[in-house]
Amino acid sequence: MFGLDKKDASLLLIVAVLVAFAPFLLNPFPEGSAMAQFNAGYPDLMQRFVIFGIFAIGFNILFGLTGYLSFGHAAFLGVGSYAAVWMFKLLSMNVIPAIILAVITAGVFALIIGYVSLRRSGIYFSILTLAFAQMSFALAYSVLTPITGGETGLQLALDDPRILDGANQTNNIPVPGFFGMEMRDSTDLVLGNWIFTFNVGYYFAAIIMLISFYVSIRIFRSPFGMMLRAVKSNQQRLNYTGLNPRPYTLAAFVISGMYAGLAGGLMASMDPLAGAERMFWTASGEVVLMTILGGVGTLIGPVLGAGMIKYMENIISKINADILHSWFAFLPDGLEDLVVTMIYPFIGKGWHLTLGIVFMLVVIFLPGGLVQGGQKLAGLFGRKKAEDTKTATTEPAE
Amino acid sequence: MSKGNLTRRGVLKTGAVAGAGLALPTYLSAQESGFTNAPTGSTVTLGFNVPQSGPYADEGADELRAYELAVEHLNGEGDGGMLQTFSSKALQGNGILGKKVEFVTGDTQTKSDAARASAKSMIEKDGAIMITGGSSSGVAVAVQALCQEAGIIFMAGLTHANDTTGKDKRANGFRHFFNSYMSGAALAPILAAQYGADRKAYHLTADYNWGYTTEEAVRSSTEALGWETVGTVLTPLTQTDFSSYITPVLQSDADVLVLNHYGGNMVNSLTNAVQFGLRERQVNGKQFEIVVPLYSELMARGAGSNIAGILGSQNWDWKLENQLGAKYTGTNAFVKSFGEKYGFPPSQAAHTCYVQTLLYADAVERAGSFQPCAVVEALEGFEFDGLGSGPTLYRAEDHQCFKDVVVVRGKENPENEFDLVEIVEVTPVEQVTYAPDHPQFAGGALGSCNNGA
Repeated sequence: MFGLDKKDASLLLIVAVLVAFAPFLLNPFPEGSAMAQFNAGYPDLMQRFVIFGIFAIGFNILFGLTGYLSFGHAAFLGVGSYAAVWMFKLLSMNVIPAIILAVITAGVFALIIGYVSLRRSGIYFSILTLAFAQMSFALAYSVLTPITGGETGLQLALDDPRILDGANQTNNIPVPGFFGMEMRDSTDLVLGNWIFTFNVGYYFAAIIMLISFYVSIRIFRSPFGMMLRAVKSNQQRLNYTGLNPRPYTLAAFVISGMYAGLAGGLMASMDPLAGAERMFWTASGEVVLMTILGGVGTLIGPVLGAGMIKYMENIISKINADILHSWFAFLPDGLEDLVVTMIYPFIGKGWHLTLGIVFMLVVIFLPGGLVQGGQKLAGLFGRKKAEDTKTATTEPAE
Repeated sequence: MSKGNLTRRGVLKTGAVAGAGLALPTYLSAQESGFTNAPTGSTVTLGFNVPQSGPYADEGADELRAYELAVEHLNGEGDGGMLQTFSSKALQGNGILGKKVEFVTGDTQTKSDAARASAKSMIEKDGAIMITGGSSSGVAVAVQALCQEAGIIFMAGLTHANDTTGKDKRANGFRHFFNSYMSGAALAPILAAQYGADRKAYHLTADYNWGYTTEEAVRSSTEALGWETVGTVLTPLTQTDFSSYITPVLQSDADVLVLNHYGGNMVNSLTNAVQFGLRERQVNGKQFEIVVPLYSELMARGAGSNIAGILGSQNWDWKLENQLGAKYTGTNAFVKSFGEKYGFPPSQAAHTCYVQTLLYADAVERAGSFQPCAVVEALEGFEFDGLGSGPTLYRAEDHQCFKDVVVVRGKENPENEFDLVEIVEVTPVEQVTYAPDHPQFAGGALGSCNNGA
């Protein structure tokens, strides 16, 4: 089906099922229990999971296949967001034109930056992309304030034209929607103590993520993908065989930039505000972390990495000292304080520290990322069959 | 090559589930109360969204201390702080409307995106009924817009740019802190009185929104009194060494340097300026002066002895009541409970956050409901006293508080690290009041209050 072989089709199917049932899977703990702190099934975070999943999938097409490490990918995400918000301001609150323009703008932007940056490879390429991204950030933050809103970010206003939507009836700013379905609409399903939230925006983003994932599988399995792998394994040899690798790498760069633009457009659709911080170099670094954490060059890895980082950023960082005290209240006083003091540096604002440790452990013990961890587990518990299939599974394209 | 059965089933399944998710009747989510996160149990949750990491982490930590103190006082613990002096007596010390106050905290990282994500998780996951905090105008504006969409009240923390209650104002958002315009209006007469009316000013301005509005405010106020602006230069926000920006000042004939910087920027630029000997400099037969429009204790601590003799404005200072009398009642009550709990006096960031929490709680009590529109109505045009800043008005047109502005000067010989500034004068509220449609606040509209779901 869809031109996928059995293994890829089942991977796509697994991802689709996971994504569809995410509101259940991410809310395993009943409301009001102590563990409810770890529930991640609220709309905003679920949207982030899939949107950053798209971002990381796109980044992986460049980094995983060609080996070109771009340190400026957040610039495309930011450009996509700005384009989308401008569409909301000028044209319509429907998300479709916003997303289309976001992808196109990011693509054009990637074409220009890629054309210049791809003249160099290795560390020089990384530095060039980093420089372009920081340049975009600086422009968006101050010089281009009339277009980008500067530090405050680009926001919707009551008196925006929105020429396709007609006059604004209410005295409130309209919200982005998909032909009448508002992105923020949610329905709650209450089952005993559990509350599961189904959000329109999440499922909209999830469907786009599945399409992106499918396209990425097709690229990985195509002759084009094979050429990109050739660039990664030995570019000089490719040159000597009389092939010019640059059109291929540029195409990969632009595709990957368009993925980032798509993610940016979706972010703006879920939450119509675009800020310059989205283009900051730490944001570019984050997608590199996501991809490496999940597994470079694997299909599902970047999505897992994105999920992992966003989970830690939003859940671990919300645990504060009071919550810790309530968890360990059963311990004697002195011991309680000791335990809390020992854990405290790793939660709340210390979530970066926890992330750093996890990242180091993964890089040292699982160079193939979380995907390799999964394969190792499968190898441990699986029968002999697991051994056989392993040779055929998606090896990281190192 | 293709396995039709498998995937078709998958696609159908996905489609069915997604369809079900989208089509589930909305009555499941419809709340009887008619507004977002209506508290149903015996508790009510407030969201404290402050920078815990990044350049303003110090301010954030102080804000959080103030919030915890406010929650204690609202729940009737501790000594009650400003509840004793507050002119409105609606709060009983039994929580808000009899519900015990609980809170969740989040880290804004001083980034709009992170702040919004944190605020969203408070609203969607923790059921917060009100969000407050922030230590930067960019963040305040972003979170304010989010709260407007979600139907939640936003009580801004430390945000000084005009835009928060100017072009980016929202019906669900309220600001107690003063703004750039007020800084300019409060400072200008005192600058003219202290340094003379024929001065030539040179501005170094942080290259972002707050910097622009502050420069504009100070410029227009001082020029109205006869000052001349000889140069304005934008400096990148990430700049740490300002030597290259100070040299041109030496070559110009300016005799006043205005540093429209905040936080680490201000600490660095001021230190550089003093190192270049600007304070000892004589131009046109006049002593060279440096002005910092927005002062904070935490910045003063960072700049050390360099702030000696430098003028600036503040929203509030912990010495107000001691030095200027009972008009600023509430100050001592707050300083006392804060000092007893934490061992040092509060900063102006802590003060504004504490006051905002009390004002919200009081508005809910007076309105008799947590419903955002009712709270907005209770706060609009609300006149109160006893919260440390003297008689104050929450103006209905733009949800900005109007109160006296404190003009301070760095002490020459500070006795301890909490007593770095001395109060020069308090500019009365009439002098800093402006029309809601003042050009510096033009554009934007409040819209109407939003109750959300």
